[in-house]
Amino acid sequence: MIGAKPLAIAKGEDRQLFKEAMLKIGLDVARSRMVKSMAEAQAAADELAMFPLIIRPSFTLGGSGGGIAYNKEEFDRIVANGLDLSPVHEVLVEECLLGWKEFEMEVMRDHKDQCVVICSIENFDPMGVHTGDSITVAPAMTLTDKEFQVMRDASFAVIREIGVETGGSNIQFAVDPVTGRMVVIEMNPRVSRSSALASKATGFPIAKIAAKLAVGYSLDELRNDITRLTPASFEPTIDYVVTKIPRFAFEKFPDADATLTSAMKSVGEAMAIGRTFKESIQKCLRSLEIGARGFGGGGKHGGDDQFGEEAINQKLGTPNAERIFYIRHAFRAGYSVEDIFDLTKIDPWFLHQMRQIWEMEEELKASAASEGSSRGNEAGASNSSLLTSAATTGSRSALATIDTTLLRRAKQFGFSDAQLAHILKSDMATVRAERKQRGVKTTYRLVDTCAAEFEAFTPYYYSSYGDENEVMPPKGKKKIMIIGGGPNRIGQGIEFDYCCVHASFALREAGFETVMVNSNPETVSTDYDTSDRLYFEPLTLEDVLEVYQQEGCVGAIVQFGGQTPLNLASALKANGVNVIGTSPESIDAAEDRKLFAAILDKLGLKQPANRTALSEAKAIARAGELGYPVLVRPSFVLGGRGMFILYSEEELKAVVRQVFDVMPGKPVLIDKFLEDAIELDVDCISDGETSVVGGMLEHIEYAGVHSGDASMVMPPHTLPAEMLATVRKATYELARELKVVGLMNIQFAIKDSELYVLEVNPRASRTVPFVAKAIGVPLAKLAARIMTGAKLKDLGFTREQTPKHWCVKEVVIPYVRFPGATIALGPEMRSTGEVMGIDDDRGLAFAKAQAAVKPGLPQKGNVFISVKDTDKPRAIEIARSLAQFGFTLYSTSGTAKVLAAAGIEVKRLAKITEGRPNAVDLIKNGQIQMVINTPGGLVPRRDENAIRSAAYAHNVCIMTTITGAEAAVQGVRALKEKHVGVRPIQKYMGNVDLV
Amino acid sequence: MPTSKPAVLALEDGSIFRGLAFGADATIAGECVFNTSMTGYQEILTDPSYFGQIVTMTAVQIGNYGVNDEDTEAAGPKCSGFVVRELSPVVSNWRSRLSVGDYLARHGIPGISEVDTRALTKKLRVDGAMKCCLSTQPISDEEAVRRAQSWQDMAGADYVKDVSCKEPFIWRAGDAANHNAAYFPVGTTLNAPAVPAKKFRVAAFDYGAKFTIYRKLVRHGFEVQVFPATATAAQVREHRPDAVFLSNGPGDPAALPYIHQTVTNLLPDFPIFGICLGHQMVTHALGGTTYKLKFGHRGGNQPVKNLETGKVSITAQNHGFATDPKSIEARGAKVTEINLNDNTVEGLRHTKLPVFSVQYHPEAAPGPNDADPLFVDFYKMVEARKAGKI
Repeated sequence: MIGAKPLAIAKGEDRQLFKEAMLKIGLDVARSRMVKSMAEAQAAADELAMFPLIIRPSFTLGGSGGGIAYNKEEFDRIVANGLDLSPVHEVLVEECLLGWKEFEMEVMRDHKDQCVVICSIENFDPMGVHTGDSITVAPAMTLTDKEFQVMRDASFAVIREIGVETGGSNIQFAVDPVTGRMVVIEMNPRVSRSSALASKATGFPIAKIAAKLAVGYSLDELRNDITRLTPASFEPTIDYVVTKIPRFAFEKFPDADATLTSAMKSVGEAMAIGRTFKESIQKCLRSLEIGARGFGGGGKHGGDDQFGEEAINQKLGTPNAERIFYIRHAFRAGYSVEDIFDLTKIDPWFLHQMRQIWEMEEELKASAASEGSSRGNEAGASNSSLLTSAATTGSRSALATIDTTLLRRAKQFGFSDAQLAHILKSDMATVRAERKQRGVKTTYRLVDTCAAEFEAFTPYYYSSYGDENEVMPPKGKKKIMIIGGGPNRIGQGIEFDYCCVHASFALREAGFETVMVNSNPETVSTDYDTSDRLYFEPLTLEDVLEVYQQEGCVGAIVQFGGQTPLNLASALKANGVNVIGTSPESIDAAEDRKLFAAILDKLGLKQPANRTALSEAKAIARAGELGYPVLVRPSFVLGGRGMFILYSEEELKAVVRQVFDVMPGKPVLIDKFLEDAIELDVDCISDGETSVVGGMLEHIEYAGVHSGDASMVMPPHTLPAEMLATVRKATYELARELKVVGLMNIQFAIKDSELYVLEVNPRASRTVPFVAKAIGVPLAKLAARIMTGAKLKDLGFTREQTPKHWCVKEVVIPYVRFPGATIALGPEMRSTGEVMGIDDDRGLAFAKAQAAVKPGLPQKGNVFISVKDTDKPRAIEIARSLAQFGFTLYSTSGTAKVLAAAGIEVKRLAKITEGRPNAVDLIKNGQIQMVINTPGGLVPRRDENAIRSAAYAHNVCIMTTITGAEAAVQGVRALKEKHVGVRPIQKYMGNVDLV
Repeated sequence: MPTSKPAVLALEDGSIFRGLAFGADATIAGECVFNTSMTGYQEILTDPSYFGQIVTMTAVQIGNYGVNDEDTEAAGPKCSGFVVRELSPVVSNWRSRLSVGDYLARHGIPGISEVDTRALTKKLRVDGAMKCCLSTQPISDEEAVRRAQSWQDMAGADYVKDVSCKEPFIWRAGDAANHNAAYFPVGTTLNAPAVPAKKFRVAAFDYGAKFTIYRKLVRHGFEVQVFPATATAAQVREHRPDAVFLSNGPGDPAALPYIHQTVTNLLPDFPIFGICLGHQMVTHALGGTTYKLKFGHRGGNQPVKNLETGKVSITAQNHGFATDPKSIEARGAKVTEINLNDNTVEGLRHTKLPVFSVQYHPEAAPGPNDADPLFVDFYKMVEARKAGKI
């Protein structure tokens, strides 16, 4: 191992070793005592001599049984409970650092023991919220140089003591806001999520430099890419403020606790750069793409509703995803900074900044009100405004008369035109036109690592409202804008960034200048060397349009970044942007039920019978017409939000309200659900003349599981060639009809040898990178070339590839992060990642995919099997095979009876509701190696979910569909009978005939 | 606290930057420079080397942690004016006593906020350091530009006499007002070494010395006797010091012939350590020359490579002049350290005499402590000299 050695990793990650190491080098840590009895606990409490205290029982699941004691009585109760719950009867009594200021240092070290700090980060959310779930700000805002330098020296002492010989580390500190006492929280002896953020925040590419340090370079031997003339052995200094805000997905896990704690729950993040903190945080809030426009100014969380004291206190007192917005609600309700500090412990400096933003909103409002009325009076007095009709005074007057200096200051405070339009009762286009006419123009500043001390050569920009515009002159090439995907979220992840990055590479190779716009620091697209020009900007109409216009782009690509750029497509086009590739009209046609049905009719293609309803009563009636089961979902959502498969009117009645609530006022779509249908994802590329299927992926689960969560096999493993020919024909016809120029994804369902079209997306899909890797053809690159006028025949890709190897996709769903969440695959997507298993043997490909998502398929041991009635016949074959492989089978009454009747030896277990030991006990004791459990109803019953939770928590292989279980059996068979070898993916490509 | 009162910054080339006033009600002229440190404005404001200069911070959010009692480098702020992008409306730090605005007002120094400091910095980088005028009073743009242009350039001027102490004194480690202890949060020691038991007497010339230099000398085992810049070699010899220290200070190093002569006189007989202007004084005392840099080095992230060890330190710097390497190599000294950004001289050592000096600030304050071991080197050099080894 190079860089960090195993010992360093152990020392960094083991609590006790780390604590000892810190004390050895003269650093402070949270004080704590390990105790095994009430008496010892009492002694520890006396010794620590303070409340609150944190109690952490050893070896309990997810830290259960722990808590914070604010007084002696609570302490006794929690310790007693903790000692009881801990299998080793041991609890840690620890000093509580909740509410302390939290800082991070990103440091690097080389083999000459030269150390540098790349970035300091201050958490807006104080201690108690995982740094991944905290709003964070760079550089540190509230430390004097003395305090900062002690932290810097401490960071170097830590990286040296832990023994990271070369590379980067992240070190976290807590600081008592009253005394300044500084405590080391933890260190990551590696490049971390924060290093990615620090790299984007400063322009210093930590991972790239760390890699070079690991192979023997020293910092002074490497150049700073951005300044070219200066070395990498320096510390970036920045003249702007960077804010990161996490993006959450609690709506996907409604049963889970949405309180933010020390366990990370966010699924992505947005970052924004502004000249000041105020500009930066407002830009970041609108970068989140959750409907918020910033801190106030309308939109989600920014309206003028009044909140009661109880709601405000609750939302401020307990950390949660909306807390930042409640700071404004609190100001509006008359809370002072001190009041809010008492509830949140957010540093007063940050709270005052937020207050300044709110005060600006109020000042604008007041100005609008007074100007509006005074203007009305003036209109009578002077005749100069005869042309201003009464109709326009209402919407324009406030804006037209507002002081230009105030307008400029508002923009410098990060207010978007949309916010200003809301506050000044105008519309975005008018605000935009008015401010431009008054000379309040967007200027772009450089991220240069050195606060302008040296010339920068890398065009990495952020927008601001300053005296100077630093956009570099064009190189004379045609410029194409690529709009990225924004923050990672469930349903939209790095797959789309892959496509954007490939598009940029392909177009640079083809002689274009590429202009990337994105707001996600976790991406390759926001590396300063991926595109010719990088704009770290929110993906809103205002921000994207400004870049397009200032750069003088000739075209913009919207079909690679997922839903984010697609949502902007029509508005961009209406504002004169040349959207290249498939037209926004075609994209809309595919989304519009009526237009789409007409297209399918014309092509003679089927879709499941469906209806639309605008009310709950109508929805129930329409479902009755179709006949159950039905699939209901709100319109205009991605990732299957609010989507349900319902088998009866009772089930529908139970959830119909919820479905309408997702997109209030929008129709709800009801489809006849094709039960036990085979689902197929097809990715296709088309240049308007030629269309080629990139790949067909057959789902392992039956239709009903969101394609983002389904495991898939490529090429299709059960469908006959004639059906695939039908699919191919349908795909080409749809591509032609929708005039696809670029990529298209279609989801088909096959039931009783009938082909149904479920959905068409004329854009890059989540599976494009998977397919590209499976066939060894850079589909996204080709698509980008096509969008700029190239033809497939010229690019040398005209024939569909059918690999001779198998590729299996499996997904990662973060159930363990959301204790209490329902564990079942369904129509609502909840996965956050995926893996690919590749092999010449399908069983091995599946086994590899399982191994990659962990824990992998077992080859011996015990299997717990419990399936719903309709799955029981197939469960017999599964059980028989497993028994033959030497597994011991455990089951509960229903399934056990069926298996026993089939002559399979099975050990009976009590149902959870019946007694013990039950399946959960066995799982906890490590006696179960695989669980096969298929849900009996809409959601798994409580006891089923308990088994599944236990399986996930204890890292036991689990199959929740019967088809998944069958695939697992094949996988186990393959593992038993065949050899698992290692082969580079390039070697598989020999299986593919390219031309 | 920020005000809504207008203020103006005019450069000699006629550029006008408008902003809001803070600090004192005044109109001043000086040399406009920028500092890229992200922390440490209090140390910068009080660093006497900024005498005659109007300092622009490239970092944006200034004043957040206010001003405290300990982090001062002189009895009060020494620069002429202060330019920032945004001044904090509030101070937030457990050690803070005062806001920056109140502090500057109390000492009669004007400040301007809401200035596009990046645009200003780029101008200074491209066109070089400039004469400027900062006014928080109602004066016309023309008047402000005229004042900037008519300011007497620092070239050839002796600024040291304005900031040096008038009488010799002893820097007392035990005096609470000197805040001599290193800053450590309670519970953190970083295993800082104890002060050596054996003390050496150092005669420290105050050319505008930062207090932290005295503090560090004390912490590294010296008894510090401070002399004014005008003290003669004879006065120093009379004190019978074990070593001589030459401090930092403001202005043009070539304009100080009386200091050059004093140092030339002391060179053969004492171990000598110089910092910043002190390094330039060694240069001139040896017969070498200095020249003005286009816009200087001011910040806390400057990489300096030690040519003898090959190692790089991140250093705090604040200088507008530099030593001409050829001029000293001809005079018995060699360049030991260079700035990796522009290869200028950052350190020298005499090949025969126990004399070394650095252009950067090993005392930090503000800035990284990476070069702190230089004080240990100085102590060891004196120790070796006393033992008759050199």
